[in-house]
Amino acid sequence: MKTHSEAAEIFNKDFDRTTWHDETLYFVRQKRDKAAFQIKDWELLRETASSIKNNVLSNMHDYLLQFEENAIKNGIKIHWAADAKEHNEIVYGIISEYYKGEIPVDTFKGMVKSKSMLTEECHMNEFLAEKGIEVIDTDLGERIVQLAEEPPSHIVMPCIHWKKEEIGELFHKHLGTEKGNKDPQYLTEAARQHLRDKFLTRPIALTGVNFAVAETGEFVVCTNEGNADMGAHLADIHIASMGFEKIIPQKKHLGVFLRLLARSATGQPITTYSSHFKKPREGQQMHIVIVDNGRSTQLGREDFRNSLKCIRCAACFNTCPVYRRSGGHSYHNAVAGPIGSILAPNLDMRANADLPFASTLCGSCSNVCPVKIDIHQQLYKWRQVLVQEGYAPASKTLAMKGMSTVLSNPGIFKFSGKVGRMLMDKLPFLVNNNMNPWYKQREMPEPPEESFRDWYKKNRKK
Amino acid sequence: MSSRNEILSKIKQNQPDLLPLPDLSVLGTEQYDLVQKFTEILEGIGGKVLQVSNFEEIKKYIISNYPINARVISTLPEFSENKDWQIADPHKLKDADFLIIKGQFAVAENGAIWLTELEMGQRVAPFITQYLAIIIEKSAILPTMHQAYEQIGMSDYGFGVFLAGPSKTADIEQSLVLGAHGARGLVVFLV
Repeated sequence: MKTHSEAAEIFNKDFDRTTWHDETLYFVRQKRDKAAFQIKDWELLRETASSIKNNVLSNMHDYLLQFEENAIKNGIKIHWAADAKEHNEIVYGIISEYYKGEIPVDTFKGMVKSKSMLTEECHMNEFLAEKGIEVIDTDLGERIVQLAEEPPSHIVMPCIHWKKEEIGELFHKHLGTEKGNKDPQYLTEAARQHLRDKFLTRPIALTGVNFAVAETGEFVVCTNEGNADMGAHLADIHIASMGFEKIIPQKKHLGVFLRLLARSATGQPITTYSSHFKKPREGQQMHIVIVDNGRSTQLGREDFRNSLKCIRCAACFNTCPVYRRSGGHSYHNAVAGPIGSILAPNLDMRANADLPFASTLCGSCSNVCPVKIDIHQQLYKWRQVLVQEGYAPASKTLAMKGMSTVLSNPGIFKFSGKVGRMLMDKLPFLVNNNMNPWYKQREMPEPPEESFRDWYKKNRKK
Repeated sequence: MSSRNEILSKIKQNQPDLLPLPDLSVLGTEQYDLVQKFTEILEGIGGKVLQVSNFEEIKKYIISNYPINARVISTLPEFSENKDWQIADPHKLKDADFLIIKGQFAVAENGAIWLTELEMGQRVAPFITQYLAIIIEKSAILPTMHQAYEQIGMSDYGFGVFLAGPSKTADIEQSLVLGAHGARGLVVFLV
C-alpha cells in the first residue's frame, strides 16, 4: 500500500486536474461559508452542538441502553457488533434468517444500500458478495464509483474526483447511454431509471444512520436524492448500521444538528429529506446494528475521544489544502481528510501512521467543524504518539533526530547555516533536484547573503 | 449477546466524567417574515410556492399543468375519492405521477415541511411519485427547526420526514440536477 505522500505525488502529476479538484472543493467550502453567515447564531449553534456531543460521550453507556430499550418498544430489533467482521456476519444472519437459512439464490436479487461509510469501514459489500449477495449502492456518486470498482474518495461527494466525460464513458459501458454524452441531466436520468428498477425489485435495504435518539428510539437518515427512502419503504427488511457514537440524547437536539449538518456539508439550508424512522411499517422487519469497531477504545483516549463527536459533514475535507490537492484515495481509509486522519490511527496505528502527517496543521479544519472538534491539535498529538510508539516513518525519525541535534547545538547550527547558504549559492544543483523533497512543486529561494546572527552582530551596536 | 455486554462495559469504563447538557432555549430567536422567508428559501432549492385562496384554484392549476391521463393520487377527498392505494403493496405506486397531500407545518429558515405517514398515505408515496404537491396553511409556518421540534413534541408516528424541495443531486461535477430518485418537482400551495 502506498503512503499518503506517495499516492499524493501520483495524484499531483496531472497538474490541471489537481487544480480542478482543488477549486471544485473550495467552491463547496465557499458555499458553506455563505450558508453559515446567514445564521446569526452560527457560533452559538456550533458551541451548543459541541456541548451536546460532550454530554453524549460522557453518558454514552446510559444513552445506548435507553435507545435500545425504546427502539425495542417500537418494534425494532437491535444487534451489537464488536468489530467489522461481526457486523457483516450479523447482516448476513438477518438475511439468512428471513429466508429460514435457505436464501433462494436463483431468484433472490440482493440488497440496495444508501450511503453508509460504516459499511465501507467494515468492507461489507465484499463480504456479502462472497456469500452470493449483490449489494447495489444507490447514491448516484456511490453507484458511479461502484461501477468503476473504486471506493468513494469523499464521504459526502463520493465521486468528486470524476469528470463528467469519464462518467459518460462509464455509463455508456455499463448502462448503455449514448457514447460521448456527458450532460449531467441526461446521465442522472439514466441512473434514475437504472436504480428505480433496483429499488422495485430488491427485498433488502440497508441505510446508514445520521442520528439515533435515545429518548425515543428513532433514527434519522439524511439524503438529497431520496435513495434511502426509496430503498427502505419498498423493502421487506430495513437494516440500519450505526457506529454507537451516533447517539443523541433527545429529539429536540435534532434541531441543532439538522441546522448545522447540510449547511456545513454543501451550503444547503437542510438536506432534501431528513427521514425519521421510528417503527417498521406493517409487515416489514427493521433492524439496527450498533457497531463498536474500535470506538470504545477511542472513547478511552483522552486526547482523541473528541473525534467521536463527528457528524460526517466533510467540511474539514473541503477546506483542507492537503486534501484538496491530494484527493481522497491518497488517504487509504474509508473516511479520508483531516477527520479520517485522526480516526484511522485508532483502527490501525501501523497501517495509518502516515495520515496524521498529511496536514499542514493550519487549523482550518477545526475552524469549520460544526461540533468544534480540535482536529488539527489531534493531528499534532497523534504525531507524538506515533513517534513514541515507533510507527513514524524511518526517514522522518532520522530527519527529526538530525534537526534536533542541529537546533540544540548553536555551534553546529551556525556552521550548517553557513554551509547551506554557500551550497545554494555556488552549487545550486545540489538542492535544486528531485532528491530534495522541498524542491518538488517549488522553486528554492535565493539564499540570503548572511545569517540573521551575523547581521545582528554587525548591527546591534548601531 | 456477549458482544453487547462487552461493548457496554468497555464504554462505561472508558467514558469521561459526566458533563451537562446545554440550554437550547437561547436558540431560534431569528425573526422572519415567515411566508416571505419560506418562499424565498424553498424556491432557492428548486421548489415552487403558490399562494391560493381555495381548493378550486389548486384543482385548476393541476388540470392546466399536468396531462389529463396522469395518475393522480391524494389523501384528500377534494382531489380523489380513491383510497385503495393507501393499503395496497407500495410497489404498486411505481406509476404514480402526481401526489397531493397536506403537510403538518413548514419551517421558514430552510423550506422544510414536516410530514408523517398519516399525511403521506403510504411511506413511499412522496418519494416514488414523479411530482409532489403539498398544501400548507400560512399560519403553520414556523421560524426555525427549534420551534419545529417543539411543535412535534412527543407526538407519536412510525415514520416522519422533513422534506425540503424536490429530490436532487450534484454528484456529477457539482452540476445541480433535480429529480434524482425521489420526486422530480415540488409545488407548495399556501392557503
